[in-house]
Amino acid sequence: MANFAEYKDVWVFTEQRQGKLMNVARQLLGEGYRLSREISKDTRVCAVLAGDGVDHLVDELYAYGADVVYQIDHFLLKEYTTDAYAKAMTDAIRTYKPEIVLFGATFIGRDLAPRIAARLDTGLTADCTRLDINTANYVEYLKTYTTASTDGISGRNDDNGLKQTRPAFGGNLMATIVTPNTRPQMATVRPGVMDPREKKQGARGQLIRVCAQLSADDIHVEVVEVVKAAKELVSLTDADIICSGGRGLGSAEGFRLMEEFAAKVGGVVGASRAAVDSGWIDQSHQVGQTGTTVKPKIYFACGISGAIQHQAGMKGSDVIVAVNKDPQAPMMQIADYAICGDLKKVVPEIIAQWDAES
Amino acid sequence: MKIIVCVKQVPNTNEIKINPETGTLIRDGVESILNHDDANALEEALKIKDRDPKTEVIVLTMGPPQAREMLEECIAMGADEAVLLSDRALGGSDTWATSNALAAGIRKIGNYDLIFAGRQAIDGDTAQVGPQIAEKLGIPQITYVREFQMEGKRITVQRALEDGYQVLKTTMPCVLTCIKELNTPRYMSIRGILKGAAAEIKVWSAEDIGVNEELVGLKASPTNVYRSFTPKPKGKGVSVKGDTAKELAGNLLAELKEKHII
Repeated sequence: MANFAEYKDVWVFTEQRQGKLMNVARQLLGEGYRLSREISKDTRVCAVLAGDGVDHLVDELYAYGADVVYQIDHFLLKEYTTDAYAKAMTDAIRTYKPEIVLFGATFIGRDLAPRIAARLDTGLTADCTRLDINTANYVEYLKTYTTASTDGISGRNDDNGLKQTRPAFGGNLMATIVTPNTRPQMATVRPGVMDPREKKQGARGQLIRVCAQLSADDIHVEVVEVVKAAKELVSLTDADIICSGGRGLGSAEGFRLMEEFAAKVGGVVGASRAAVDSGWIDQSHQVGQTGTTVKPKIYFACGISGAIQHQAGMKGSDVIVAVNKDPQAPMMQIADYAICGDLKKVVPEIIAQWDAES
Repeated sequence: MKIIVCVKQVPNTNEIKINPETGTLIRDGVESILNHDDANALEEALKIKDRDPKTEVIVLTMGPPQAREMLEECIAMGADEAVLLSDRALGGSDTWATSNALAAGIRKIGNYDLIFAGRQAIDGDTAQVGPQIAEKLGIPQITYVREFQMEGKRITVQRALEDGYQVLKTTMPCVLTCIKELNTPRYMSIRGILKGAAAEIKVWSAEDIGVNEELVGLKASPTNVYRSFTPKPKGKGVSVKGDTAKELAGNLLAELKEKHII
C-alpha cells in the first residue's frame, strides 16, 4: 500500500493541441480547484502542461485557477505520441506524487491515462461525470438525484478519498468508483460536464519547469501527419442552444430545417444516433453515450424518441424542449416543455416567431 | 503470421430495462452479444487472413463459461482458434486486473505479431483494457484505428481524433484498438457455424496462465465499486398548450421568455 501522506495536490493534465488549450482543460481546472479546496487548505490545483514551446499557455492556466503549472517542454512532445507523453507524465507523477490526476476523456486522454495508470499500478476511472471529496455533499447528491441507498455512509467528512461517479451500461446505470489502496487516484472526465472558473486576467501562480528525460528511442510510433477534418468542427460542447433532430425528421432533407432553425436561434445542429446511422447527418453531430455530452441552456429535441443512450448525453441541459408526435416518447417525459405535434409545422413556426419573442 | 484478437461478450445494452421499483438492471432475457467494436477487430484480422491464408487468427476472452457461445461465433466468422480465460479467481477484476489476465493469456499463446481489440465494450465503455494490455506486454499501442495498412512488418494506420485523424507508422508487434469506421464485420458462414459448433475451445484457469490473487480478481483490483444506482427520473415538465402549430410555437416562446430562458 502506498504511503498516502506523501501524496499531495490535484493535478490536471491540461491537454493542448497545436498550441491551443482544449476546452476540457479549463473545465478540469475549475473542477480540480473545487476538489483541492475540499481536501484541505494547503492542497493546490496544478496544471500539467506538456508540449513543445507552450510558454504562451502558462498565463491562461493561472487565469483559469491553476495554483501551480508544471511545464514539461520538449521537442519530442510536439505531436502527441502515447510513448513520449506516457513517459513524461509517469516520471513527473513519480517525482512529485500528486494525490489525484485528472484527464479529459478525449481521444487522446483516453489513450494516455490507461497506459500511465497501468505503469503506475494504480486505479483509473473512465468518463466520470461527477467527482466528490466531501462525503456530505455526495450523500446529498445520492438522496436528491438517485435511487441509491445511503445506508452505511457516514455523513461525516472523514474520508478524503475521491468518489468518482460515471455512467455504465449505456447510461442505464450509474456507479461511484473509489481507489482505496493506491495513489494517485486517476480519472478521465467527460468533456462538457464540469464548469470552468471565471477567467481572472493577470492571476499569478508558481511555475515549475520539469525536465523530461526523453530520447527518440523511447518513441515506437511515428506521427507521419495530422489531418484536420475538412468539415467544420461542430462545437456541440460550447453551444448555448442545440437544435437536435432524430428519426422523426424522416430524411437528410429534414436536417435542412434544423440548420435553418439553428441559424435563426444562434445554435448548433445536433442529432440522435438513429439519424446518424441512417446517414442523414455526419457523426460529428451525434449527441449521446457514443457521441458528445452536451449541456446547453436550451436543448431542442425534434423527432427524437429519447433512447437512454441519447439521454445520457443531454440530460444535463438546463432546459429541454421536445417536439414529437408521440406524447408517450421518453423524450416527452423528461422534457421541461413538451410539444405534441408535427415538427415540420411547429419548428417553422418557432423560427418565424423567434424574433418577435426574443 | 499470428494475430490475437481480444473480444468480450456483453449484454445488448439497447435491450436493457430498469426495474423502476428496485432501480436495478433487469438482465433476464437480455441477449448476450459479441461486443460491437470487437467484431470490427476480428474483421480486420480476418481480412489479413483472406489475403494470406497462412495467417493464424486466435480469439481470446475472459469471462464466465457461457462466453464459449460468443467464441463459437468468432470461429464461425473465420477465426482459427479460441481461448477462454475462465476462473472464479478472475471474477470482479477491474481494467487493471483484467489486463493482467489477458496479457498473461497472450504470453501463454506466444509468438504473436499483432493484437487487435475493440476500442471499448458497450457495458463499461472504459476503453482502458487495450492500452493496459499493451503496457503489460511492453509493446506499442494505437487506439481508435479507423484505417489499417500493412507491408511486411511495417504498419500504417489512421487514428481518429475528434477533429480529424493522425497518420501513424509502427512495427509489429503492437496492440491496435478498432472503431466501427474501420470496416464492416462479415456474417457467419454455414460452414463456419458447423466448424464453430465442433470447435474445441481452450479453457484456461488462473493457474494455467500463471496469475495469482495479487494480479487478478476483485481483491487485487485498485478500483472498487463504492455504490451503483440509477438516476431518479426528472420531475414532470409542462405540456405546451395550443390547437395549431402557430399557437404551440407562440405559447412555448412566451413561456421561455417569462422564465427568462430567452
